[in-house]
Amino acid sequence: MQGRPTSTRRRFLGLAGGTAVIGALPVAISVRPVEATPETMASAIRTVTGGANVQTGRVKLDIPPLVENGNTVPMTVTVTSPMTATDYVKSIHVFNEKNPQPNLGNFYLTPRAGRAQVSTRVRLADTQKIIAIAKLSDGSLWSATADVVVTLAACTEEVI
Amino acid sequence: MPSALINVPKKARNGDIIEIKTLISHIMETGYRHTTSGQVVPRDIITSFACRFEGDEIFRADLFPATAANPFISFFTVATKSGKFDFEWIGDNGFSSTASATITVE
Repeated sequence: MQGRPTSTRRRFLGLAGGTAVIGALPVAISVRPVEATPETMASAIRTVTGGANVQTGRVKLDIPPLVENGNTVPMTVTVTSPMTATDYVKSIHVFNEKNPQPNLGNFYLTPRAGRAQVSTRVRLADTQKIIAIAKLSDGSLWSATADVVVTLAACTEEVI
Repeated sequence: MPSALINVPKKARNGDIIEIKTLISHIMETGYRHTTSGQVVPRDIITSFACRFEGDEIFRADLFPATAANPFISFFTVATKSGKFDFEWIGDNGFSSTASATITVE
């Protein structure tokens, strides 16, 4: 007898809360800037790789698969490498598909890093694919990809 | 003066791999946002970050509008001797900021 009204009340409160949250979000998604496209990402990748073959593996891209707020998304890239003077990771490049421009970050390492790992926080404008490419001292290129679902996009809100 | 936060272990043993964490306060305005009247808010970001140990560059990064506000970057290095880390951020509109931290290696 008691269960039903309570659950209705709870549902009502839940709904009301949900609406309030939506109301509090920045309403304006009116002006969307030009998106980077998979093609601009491909051309940005080409400037790094020079068209050389990129192999899959050795790179680990840690990024949450579901992101509530695209304005700060923690991201860690780790590359398996002994990091010795003759065999090390020269640079790590991270790209995205759908932000206004295709770069997320370039990181340049030396053998003195000891461990080829970098962390940062990025903005993501949309649900999209992220790709990390590592350039090794022997010239080989390795990559990892990750798909990220973004609920609240970065970059699109208006400034008052 | 923009404020930077640096986290470097005070002490390490020779050969230890240590993590260096850096955070600097900066708006990182993307240049893709509009005011309600439709004007583009001009880009104002940090474009490069570098870390040197006793003058030798050990880490460098290019930053983009896709870097979140108040850029956080963490990376690793091998502790070989006592000395000083210098950090430098350079950005749009002549932005430049430096910080340093020392480490004692036993």
